[in-house]
Amino acid sequence: MLPPIFGVLFDGIAYGMLLFVLSVGLSVTLGLMNFVNLAHCAFAMIGGYVTVTLVNQFGWPFLATLPAAFAAAAVTSVVLERLLYRRLYRASDLDQVLLTIGLAFISVSVAAYIFGTVQQPISTPEALRGSVQFLGLNLGKYRLFLIGVALVVTLALVIGLEYTRFGAQVRASVDNQRMARGLGIDVDWTFASTFALGSGLAGLGGALAIEIVGLDPNFSFTYLVYVLIVVSVGGLGSIAGSFAAAMLIGISDIAGKYYVPELGAFLIYLVMVVVLMWKPAGLFGKR
Amino acid sequence: MTTHSGGTPALSTRHLSKSFGSLVVARDIELNLPVGARYALIGPNGAGKTTLINLMTGMQTPNAGQILLGGEDITALEPQHRVRRGLARTFQINTLFAGLNPLEAVTLAVAERRGFAGKFWQNIADEKDAIEEAYEILVKLRLGDVCYQTTRELPYGRQRLLEIALALATKPKVLLLDEPAAGVPQDESGDIFEVVAGLSDDLTLLFIEHDMHVVFRFASHIIVMVGGAVFTEGSPAEIAADPGVREVYLGKRHHG
Amino acid sequence: MAQPTTTVTPQSYLLARGRWHPLEIVFWLATLLPFVLFPNYLSLASQIAITALFALSLDLILGYAGIVSLGHAAFFGIGAYSAGLFSKYVWGEPFSGLLVAAALAGLLGYGTSFIISRFRHLPLIMITLGLGLLAHEVANSAHWLTGGSDGLQGVRTQPIFGVFRFDLYGQTAYAYSLGVLFIVFLCARRLINSPFGLALRGIRENWNRMPAIGADSRAHIRKAYTIAAIIAGICGALLTQTTNSASLESISFQRSADVLVMLVLGGAGRLYGGLVGAAIFMIARDQFSGIAPQFWYFWIGVLLVAVVMFLPNGILGGLAKITARWRRP
Repeated sequence: MLPPIFGVLFDGIAYGMLLFVLSVGLSVTLGLMNFVNLAHCAFAMIGGYVTVTLVNQFGWPFLATLPAAFAAAAVTSVVLERLLYRRLYRASDLDQVLLTIGLAFISVSVAAYIFGTVQQPISTPEALRGSVQFLGLNLGKYRLFLIGVALVVTLALVIGLEYTRFGAQVRASVDNQRMARGLGIDVDWTFASTFALGSGLAGLGGALAIEIVGLDPNFSFTYLVYVLIVVSVGGLGSIAGSFAAAMLIGISDIAGKYYVPELGAFLIYLVMVVVLMWKPAGLFGKR
Repeated sequence: MTTHSGGTPALSTRHLSKSFGSLVVARDIELNLPVGARYALIGPNGAGKTTLINLMTGMQTPNAGQILLGGEDITALEPQHRVRRGLARTFQINTLFAGLNPLEAVTLAVAERRGFAGKFWQNIADEKDAIEEAYEILVKLRLGDVCYQTTRELPYGRQRLLEIALALATKPKVLLLDEPAAGVPQDESGDIFEVVAGLSDDLTLLFIEHDMHVVFRFASHIIVMVGGAVFTEGSPAEIAADPGVREVYLGKRHHG
Repeated sequence: MAQPTTTVTPQSYLLARGRWHPLEIVFWLATLLPFVLFPNYLSLASQIAITALFALSLDLILGYAGIVSLGHAAFFGIGAYSAGLFSKYVWGEPFSGLLVAAALAGLLGYGTSFIISRFRHLPLIMITLGLGLLAHEVANSAHWLTGGSDGLQGVRTQPIFGVFRFDLYGQTAYAYSLGVLFIVFLCARRLINSPFGLALRGIRENWNRMPAIGADSRAHIRKAYTIAAIIAGICGALLTQTTNSASLESISFQRSADVLVMLVLGGAGRLYGGLVGAAIFMIARDQFSGIAPQFWYFWIGVLLVAVVMFLPNGILGGLAKITARWRRP
């Protein structure tokens, strides 16, 4: 028999995994282009609403909607990247912040207009409902599934970045953009595709998040804060950093809400401020 | 510590070293700049010339060694405190205040030196002395006629001069010039060095320059760097006659 | 741009830059119009004056020193709550409440300025956001002190100078807010034209160059941040005193984001940018108050994208460009 703290830990890990899927794309694109994208969670929200619509209106099975959520977010992001983002790569932080906050505002309104401001219901497949017993702990099946998906994503990312030609280009561009250009790497193309991939993962995260945290038009902002915390604590451009930070934040948040509920979100903000004061570039950051 | 016949050097380094992992960018550098010297620092690209200036001015931190300004150890000081003690520099690539005009920029530098840049209750126009000093510097550097134009609208050659003006406004004892004429057409680069040569004799100068004609014309002493270390140093005549220098540097540059 | 002529000396040139423009006098005279033209909108006018001052305080750090803050409402909130608590438990006299609020916000601003001044770029945005959210959480969880989400009740503000009561129509409120706005504006105007103002612009234009002219940018930033915090605290106190309440909204992320939008809309780095932006934003919101807030934010979003893409220096920047073109045919 394990004490309840392990149950809290389990929930925290599952939540951390979710945060990781939501934020890893932003971390990589930030590391690549130093672009402050506060609309990242708007892409996540697109994934969420695609899944909700496909499941509830068209009767798709939940699992089949996940690739669609990924694709929808990826495609939207690339359109915006070509139309708007691209022009601001050399602009100031402030301009980037303003543009992307603007897009996040728009996403909230559009979502509210189409879907209303209520929480969206979602029905997950039978196999993912309920929980399994393990050494006296109740482990939610959906959370186990979530952890599984996140691990697959992590593995795929690590392998993709380590062993493929595309991965090598991305890493070279993150390390030293000028040198990468010198080597003939098409940094713009690399960035556009990385951006699509990262936003797609956010879309996937948005779809996966519905069951855990719900989905309403404010998702763009509510989870933006978490994602930004993960990214800045982990360090820009670092997958390992994002993973570690997502775990840290996920576990602190769940444990904090479980043991000291009166503090609210206080704990994770505190974690962030303390980590940044200690290491301004984040735990795994180079710059 | 050994001091040479000329008294305490204006600037010297002792065993100055810097590396990034296995890449050594400064290897045990020992330099002495006598007061009033006109030194040139030459060497092929990547020899560590700009790094050396960065180390001396505190923009980069050495792994080992010391930097002495007028005999005083300044190794631990932050860049702005080195500037306040009289060690100024210019940058190879213009790093100016693009949205200020030259008068404002140089007045700001003067204000920082005189210690009133933190005053927020007084109109800057009341600081008559400082403004006049700034204007004199600008006139000396042939910038008087453009001093109300926004910096980013100035021709490139004028911007190079403003680089020097900003450094001079800190009233340096030692001035390190990183390719003062970089990017300026050949016929204009002479003008910039005329201005440099006309600076006060008390000012100790070290400049990085690739154009050998300019180096031999303006330098009293030449330091050759290769691969992060001082290869050799000597008078222009000695350097010109040194076959090793010809091989590592001059030969390459002349057909390049 | 001013062309140097034989009569312009460097000093007279700088003096001329700090001189009052006739349009400025017109602007300030126009702020008196609501008393006669819109007597029913004086409460709104008072809110506009307060928000304009808040935008001005953000402009000092963002527009002049280039420090992006997503948590400026923290100081507004500190001011709002401390003025409210002061009047509730100590004394309802408004000016002393303002002073207390300014002092507390300034103290907190000075403390956090040591953190802020170490950061730039994304970490700076994150740390200001984090500190702002932290302040909000503190106010939210200290229910016994702040009233939490119910807001601080029981604030009573005494008449100004013991004579002018805060009336229902907001006449006193607007006069009070406008008076404070004008006085603080004069100080800010002085600051902008001071050596320190020049140093802040230097930081904005080129952070990396500042140490090379012997400047301690961090010390400058600490000072600017503290001053901006003091002004923001005064704004919060004004809001509490003129509405006799303080709520979590005063310390929310929304307020930090809104003020950023206003400033950018009006034109950051211009003394009147925040004032104009705040007026337009507040009047528009009042006019469109019938529509649901999320649709209001749709237009704010569109506006932001448009400003960044087409009007990088805000409305005032755009106007300045147009008049410059017009003057030079």
